[in-house]
Amino acid sequence: MVQRLRASVISTPTASLINLVGLAIVAVALVATAQRVYQGGATYFFQTLGFGLAQGAIFALVALGYTMVYGIIELINFAHGDVFTLGAFVSLALMPVFGLNEGRISGAALILPLLGLFVVTMLICALVNVGIERVAYRPLRHAPRLAPLITAIGMSALLEGVMNVWRGPFNLHYPDFLPSTQIPIGGGVTIAAKAVMVIVVAVVLMVSLTLFVNRSKLGKAMRATAQDRDAAQLMGIDINRTISATFFIGAALAGAAGIIYGLYYNSVQAFDGFQYGLYAFTAAVFGGIGNIPGAALGGILIGVIYSISDGYFTVSWTQVLVFAILIFVLVFRPTGLLGMRVPEK
Amino acid sequence: MTTVRNFVRSNVRNPNAVAYFLMAVGALFFPAVVQFATGGSGDYLVGLAADGGIYMLMAIGLNVVVGFAGLLDLGYAAFFAIGSYTYALVASNHLGVTPIGHSLHVPFWIALFIGMFVAATAGALLGAPTLRLRGDYLAIVTLGFGEIVPRVFRNAGIWTGGVPGISALDVPTLPGWVQGPWVGQDFGWVPDFRFTSANLTAYYMLMIILIAFVVILVHNLYNSRLGRAWMAVREDETAAAASGVNTVSVKLLAFSIGAATSGFAGAFYGAKLSYVSSENFGFIVSVTVLAMVVLGGMGNIPGAMLGAIVLYFILFWLLPNAPGQMQGLASSLGLDWLNQSNPNGWPGIGEVVSRSKYVIFGLILVGIMLLRPQGLLPSQIRKQELTHEEPEALAAPRQLQA
Repeated sequence: MVQRLRASVISTPTASLINLVGLAIVAVALVATAQRVYQGGATYFFQTLGFGLAQGAIFALVALGYTMVYGIIELINFAHGDVFTLGAFVSLALMPVFGLNEGRISGAALILPLLGLFVVTMLICALVNVGIERVAYRPLRHAPRLAPLITAIGMSALLEGVMNVWRGPFNLHYPDFLPSTQIPIGGGVTIAAKAVMVIVVAVVLMVSLTLFVNRSKLGKAMRATAQDRDAAQLMGIDINRTISATFFIGAALAGAAGIIYGLYYNSVQAFDGFQYGLYAFTAAVFGGIGNIPGAALGGILIGVIYSISDGYFTVSWTQVLVFAILIFVLVFRPTGLLGMRVPEK
Repeated sequence: MTTVRNFVRSNVRNPNAVAYFLMAVGALFFPAVVQFATGGSGDYLVGLAADGGIYMLMAIGLNVVVGFAGLLDLGYAAFFAIGSYTYALVASNHLGVTPIGHSLHVPFWIALFIGMFVAATAGALLGAPTLRLRGDYLAIVTLGFGEIVPRVFRNAGIWTGGVPGISALDVPTLPGWVQGPWVGQDFGWVPDFRFTSANLTAYYMLMIILIAFVVILVHNLYNSRLGRAWMAVREDETAAAASGVNTVSVKLLAFSIGAATSGFAGAFYGAKLSYVSSENFGFIVSVTVLAMVVLGGMGNIPGAMLGAIVLYFILFWLLPNAPGQMQGLASSLGLDWLNQSNPNGWPGIGEVVSRSKYVIFGLILVGIMLLRPQGLLPSQIRKQELTHEEPEALAAPRQLQA
């Protein structure tokens, strides 16, 4: 009904003209990029690409949490970006517990402690996020949609504030455990081992998430709840438990992303999560919000666009570009690249 | 006399009327009270209150967008920035430095409205393609816009002065002004008056006049056909469209009027500070204004104003002073070790308190939504909607069944 009314407001020729303009802009941007890439040479391109893919993998992990939560309760969980930073902060504090001291441990001896660090950090982040949902979102589930959005912003500020009180507004050094070697991929072109490792870990996490959502009973409950909450409830699905599980899994991925971020960039700051969360959210919207493969694809694409813009154009305009993409996607293709049109509830 | 008595009698139970009255009286006597209480050195406080007025203007404007029309705008500071920069460009020597080569010095009173119009145009340009989006998509578009605008101003190089921004903006002037004991001088008439940082009371009074002007304007809009259309769109867009409301243009008007108010406030901000920089228009400004509207009571003009006063007082007076107060308290209690930073990571009580600004901010936002979602001074219509109290007629039969 609403769609039809809106369709009548914007007449078809104008809409197709707008789309044409949009396509023209995208084409010009692609041609300009291709030219610069060609001039820059292969080595530089693969370096940039590796960086972009690694960054994109982190974006994708964070974007998954946004997209899952949005898919199930249609809420933009602004606190999610800060749960991601919390992952970096918590893991930083836990490192001595696992005997992870920079310079004293390296190679294969790292694998078990790092695995433990991942598990514990993901668990803590997940519990924090479930707590946030319990305190700030669940009581407002039937309130107007503005209400939980505002508590989400409040929770985001609260988490940032807690991390700020805890460690101060400084750039904290995050230990550098990953090898800094370059892996040759033929023709004298190399790609950083660090980037490959980040991508591998992210892909493993994303594949297990997809399997979980598609194969497990709880995953099925999630999909059912996202599709129609009332009908799911009638089928005997415990809605509260399912939503909690969604927050749990999303935050676990964000926590893992926080560790990966720390290991990759070796620096973290209490307010990083806000910006990073926005990029990840852009990625989720780009891929089609509510769509899990879409979030992964969007994350990778935003990461690559980000690093190509940094590498071949001006760094200071990159953030403007990312947010411009966000607005662009919403104006021209609100359903994103892979998204389906979600009916307004 | 009887008309006055009737007027008072009919309004004394109306919380909005009482709030307007108290705020007006408080605003008029504030400079005198402050100067008296501080023994004549209260200029700083009066200036702080004038800055608070800028936030109040923005809260009134955002209330139109969020409270009346129900559109969540998370990039409201962008229009504030546009207003400020517009003022900076048309009322300083800066355009002379740019490739244009001729500086403009439009008088403050006209530049104020130029800033307003440019911001409103930006609002319309952003709103036209995006207002057909679903509610929270709009929030995201505005959020993105709010992130883009300050960065564009920062990156635009010579045109906007880059990172340092634009300084030495023109100050407002008037052909004359009255002075008196409230600024510590005798009564008198000052010809060719210039608003300077030495005379913050003048800025304060100007702010009060501007706020009164905007409040009257917005209040009349609220009670107009457009105001009713806004509420119809907020409550149910489909039903509003079916009843003949042109939802797109109604939403666009709300969006642009909100943007105009923000641009207006921005122009004043530029003039008062005599300086603009892209650092002052971040997301935190948008969220602060949103929090003011929510705290005060969405959809209620005096509510938004009250929210602005309360939150501005907390954020810009209580919290900046809290670290010093805590340090003083700690040392007077003989707990001096609390003030010293130590190698275990304790940065001293003052630093901890000053860092916890965001914690308090977050707690306020979450706390209001959970405990008093209708705000301090709620709109009567909005209150029903938020608390989900069913009308009496519907609630009664249910009790019978039980």
